Amino acid sequence: MTVINDAPPVAARRSPLARLARVEFTLFFRDRVGPIWGVGLPVLLLVIFGAIPSFKKVQPGYGGLTILDAYVPILITMSLALLALIVMPSALVNYRERGVLRRLKTTPAGPVRVLSAQLIVNATVAVVTLVVLLVVARIAYRVPLPRHFGGWLVAALFAMAALMAMGLFIAAVGPTARAAAAIGAILFYPLMFFSGLWLPIPSMPVVLQHISHASPLGAAWEAFQNADLGHWPPALSLVTMAAWAAAFGAAAARFFRWE
Amino acid sequence: MYMAFRAMCAAERNGDAACMTAIIEVRNLRKAYGDTVAVDDVSFTVQEGEIFGILGPNGAGKTTTVECVEGLRTADRGEISVLGLDPWRDRAELTQQLGVQLQDSQMPDRLKVAEALDLYSSFYRAPADWRALLEVLGLADKAGTTFKKLSGGQKQRLSIALALVSNPRVAVLDELTTGLDPQARRDTWELIERVRDRGVTIVLVSHFMEEAERLCDRVALIDSGRVVVVDTPAALAERVETEQRIQFRPSVPLDDALLASLPEVTNVLHRGEVVVVTGNSNALNAVVSVLARNQIVAEQLRVEQASLEDAFLALTGKHHRPEAESHGE
Repeated sequence: MTVINDAPPVAARRSPLARLARVEFTLFFRDRVGPIWGVGLPVLLLVIFGAIPSFKKVQPGYGGLTILDAYVPILITMSLALLALIVMPSALVNYRERGVLRRLKTTPAGPVRVLSAQLIVNATVAVVTLVVLLVVARIAYRVPLPRHFGGWLVAALFAMAALMAMGLFIAAVGPTARAAAAIGAILFYPLMFFSGLWLPIPSMPVVLQHISHASPLGAAWEAFQNADLGHWPPALSLVTMAAWAAAFGAAAARFFRWE
Repeated sequence: MYMAFRAMCAAERNGDAACMTAIIEVRNLRKAYGDTVAVDDVSFTVQEGEIFGILGPNGAGKTTTVECVEGLRTADRGEISVLGLDPWRDRAELTQQLGVQLQDSQMPDRLKVAEALDLYSSFYRAPADWRALLEVLGLADKAGTTFKKLSGGQKQRLSIALALVSNPRVAVLDELTTGLDPQARRDTWELIERVRDRGVTIVLVSHFMEEAERLCDRVALIDSGRVVVVDTPAALAERVETEQRIQFRPSVPLDDALLASLPEVTNVLHRGEVVVVTGNSNALNAVVSVLARNQIVAEQLRVEQASLEDAFLALTGKHHRPEAESHGE
């Protein structure tokens, strides 16, 4: 039996968080749900919309943009929303259900690190998807890149913060992984509606436009749109997203259970 | 409480070196969830190098007790010391030194055996070589298998491997063999004995009397949140050993009066061709000599003595249904 005590692993030691993040990446791709819905679907929709001729005409009221131009930020928010509201919460609740979080509580790593690893994985995948969407739109469909790139990055960051906070809240209150996915889906559709997935915001009736601007993804679209046109995102849109992030982040911290 | 007290003193008086160092001390532990008192008053001491069993019926408070020891829960009252550490305050250090197997804790479905062990070993200062651990646990050929595809016994062995990957001095194993088939159960028992031979102190939570009898040096019987008694399995069984039951098939028909007249015998029964004799601890001798004198051969002779299970029933006064137990105390 001495063999066990005598031979510490030779492998280079890395921090538990780095290991956990790597394992979570592997599982993310093995589970396939995240890659298909969070990455595949938005890119597929971009390809479909890009094939519609009327989407490539400059639209009145869009500040000189085509419908396709306006759809790119919508698809970006869609990818963020699918990852943050559905993929991440069901993974975390699944871990709670199976006792993974509890088991980690008995190790020096602790359960907080697996939550961090999940955030890292989903944020990284989101960033990669955003880049893919921008590049495909630019190369295949001549959608101009955002003219105010710094403003665009800030918009993406705020949108991600708001959605991740909502995702953590869903993970906090969802009793089972299935229930968490259902809650995520129920939130996903109205949020996407107000980001203009079915009817772009400039084409909405005024009342709906107001609601959109107050919703996290409507605010995100507005911020992206301004950056696309070369402006800094309006302060109100950033404040709106920050408020959603703070409210849901606080609620998630209040209600999150490890077991 | 009186019996528990006596048992602890007996253990201390034993005085051999292995029994001198207390590695876990639990004193007057109490834990309630709302109005439900899960653990009322539990005290026991685990000595270095022993396999210590915590036994009891459903909802007795076994799991809550070890969860307090593991630092998963705070005690409402009482003191716990594990390796000289306070499980709640010194969690960071305790988790380095305490190996834990939780009741129904699983790994992610698509995580492979080797990945799980590699990950968990990265959490610890001085981990064991998990490849060697896989060999010992007979999981070497499953290193590339995902958790979902493992059998119940393999999942259980993986959770033992994960509990040992930190090279712990103490391992707490909760419901180690629940849900395993008899062969897997026996294999697991052998494994635990080998782990103990390496010097790991083991706390075993179980509702299996056979398991405790086979593995444990000492057991604590817990009932309704209190320790009923702490002693060796053999000593516990002796406490209730008032009667013997002797079964045999006589080679020729037998007159009951022959046996019933013996002072050592209290009862004689016929079950088909089998005769069942109940009597005191000297009954076997008396019965065998009478049969020999009458030239009757006792075929398929069996003697049943009180087991830990009987002790359990006598001491808790409860009907114990092993298969009804699942989890969640």
